[in-house]
Amino acid sequence: MEAVLVSLGAGLLQAFEPLNLFMIFAGCLAGLFVGAMPGLGSVNGVAILLPVTFLVPPTAAIIFLAALYYGAMYGGAISSITLGIPGSSTAVATVFDGRPMAQSGRADQALMAAAIASFIGGTISIVLFTLFAPPLAIFALKFGPQEEFALMVLAFATFIGLGGDDIPKTIFSILVGLVLAAVGFDIISGQPRLIFMDMVEFQRGIEFLVLAIGIYGIGEMLWTLENTKGNVTLHKVETTWARFKENLSYIKQYIGTTTLGSLIGFFVGTLPAAGATPASLMSYGLAKTFSKDPDSFGKGNVSGVAAPEAANNAASTGSMLPMITLGIPGSPTTAILLGGMIIWGLRPGPLLFAEEPDFVWGLIGSMYVANVVTVALNLALIPVFIRVLAMPFTMLTPIIFVLCVVGVFATTDRMFDVWLMLIMGVIGYLMRKLNYPVAPAVLAIVLGPLAERSLRQSLISSQGDPMTFLERPISLTCILIAVALVAYPVFAAMRRRRAPAAE
Amino acid sequence: MTTRTAELLMGIATLLASLGLMANVYFDDLTIGWVDGRGPGAGMWPFWLSLGMALASIATLVRWFQGKTAESRSTEDYIAPETITLVIISAVALTAFLFAIEYLGTYIALMLFMLFYIRFLGKHSWGITMAFVIGSPIFIYLLFEVALTKYLPKGLPVFEEMFLVIDNIRYEYF
Repeated sequence: MEAVLVSLGAGLLQAFEPLNLFMIFAGCLAGLFVGAMPGLGSVNGVAILLPVTFLVPPTAAIIFLAALYYGAMYGGAISSITLGIPGSSTAVATVFDGRPMAQSGRADQALMAAAIASFIGGTISIVLFTLFAPPLAIFALKFGPQEEFALMVLAFATFIGLGGDDIPKTIFSILVGLVLAAVGFDIISGQPRLIFMDMVEFQRGIEFLVLAIGIYGIGEMLWTLENTKGNVTLHKVETTWARFKENLSYIKQYIGTTTLGSLIGFFVGTLPAAGATPASLMSYGLAKTFSKDPDSFGKGNVSGVAAPEAANNAASTGSMLPMITLGIPGSPTTAILLGGMIIWGLRPGPLLFAEEPDFVWGLIGSMYVANVVTVALNLALIPVFIRVLAMPFTMLTPIIFVLCVVGVFATTDRMFDVWLMLIMGVIGYLMRKLNYPVAPAVLAIVLGPLAERSLRQSLISSQGDPMTFLERPISLTCILIAVALVAYPVFAAMRRRRAPAAE
Repeated sequence: MTTRTAELLMGIATLLASLGLMANVYFDDLTIGWVDGRGPGAGMWPFWLSLGMALASIATLVRWFQGKTAESRSTEDYIAPETITLVIISAVALTAFLFAIEYLGTYIALMLFMLFYIRFLGKHSWGITMAFVIGSPIFIYLLFEVALTKYLPKGLPVFEEMFLVIDNIRYEYF
């Protein structure tokens, strides 16, 4: 415990270094912006801005991106409330009560409740993170390649069991990511693989950023262009000091649901397939169940805004936990952060805590600071963001497109990759329209090379005996849970089929 | 095209792509089987996972025939007609942008792209348009070439030489 406090102190000091503090501010602002823009969320912001962060050292870069992640969770509420359009999928549940509140002239109260609930959610989850991360990392130090592989299998199984998307499409999405990750020279035998049309460019492999920016930059913008058509109607927000003080007094109405939402958010957030969107929906559902007045939900109950906002912020911190300690991202956004860490030359996984304490604790310290900075910026800048939201899409779209194109080129120095990004983006857009989930593919292309390496390392060390995965307790546990997760939807479907027959 | 047709076509496309991947690995003479005492060969991972992709595609197609997915029952337009022009124009503009980068260089391409998007698609005023047309190349130059020290594509030699003037000024005076 004492060691944790000392490290945390050092991390906080690091977060207050001028460059890092500046990164926190810049990240929070960028996050609030992308979060508030309908159609853009943390994952888009992180993917599009990752190439730009090569400007600064890795610690400052991850602080920036983590702050952006954080800020986006706050920002999502702004458009959910004032526009009635979720700023990102994570803020869908906020619309349910945020919209009616805005319609009845209580937009300011909803915005404040969202900001305060986000702050509470962020604070609870970062404390949990600080408590859980070091012991988990120490525990994970015992992991060999067998456990690493089993954990990745488990991560992918959560998409099938808990993702809630069409199962064959989810499986396709995971596998296509894993196969695309294998393009290029094989790491073990050195043979070239999957060199399409004998194009030498494929020998270097497909960088995960090409896929991530293609899908989350180009694909997402095409998707948003189609869905918003540029027409939005804003709700007026009154902001005066008297209203501000009055709104503060409502906190006790939603403090209970907020705390519950924060806890749910954190633990649901650690699961790769679940994350902030289901966490916020679950939190909303529970707040309604436990409420004395469940009928008022959906008609402008302030708890209905606070609960999901607390949960989505807590989930964003929660998803960092497996990313930092195990090297398994807990969300698409953290998958991109993980890919970034590999580009920065860090080795994600349990050793990170031991080998790069400055990096890890700097990040943790920055999350405490970012939480305070974001709530302050959010409350202060609400009027500004509302004006920004009125910015037409025909101005934002070309900026995003250009950042995607130049960002990919700057990362890989090849026009080939830029073309590939465009193709991936269009294919991703077309597939997403048919409900193929895209997050598993992004996770898979980041984890693919690591998964294949750990699989083959395990088998080489066991001289080709696949039983090695079942002989080690931790890897056996992971594989059993994974099998259960994959089997669960199959059983559920069979039961559903049997039930009508029994009637 | 209805969503129903689109799902069928996508299912067929993913199936063909999966088979193509399998064939690619198979005909490259990569070991797709087990190497005794060493575990999987170099081709095993991509080959069998592509087979999985093919099976998942077949499952989607079967579900399409049974009408189990929501998309296979939907007769709505795959891309709504009132927005399809915007999506297609954007995709075509991006393609043109990339070609322009290859031949005219990043900055001229960027100015043309902004001019098209802000003025002709967005119908914004000339003032805003010019701010984007002039501001964006300067911003990109400062961020990527100066701060990140990247050399962005300059296009054909004639355009590349023209750009040297700007680089010369930069190195001479800054």
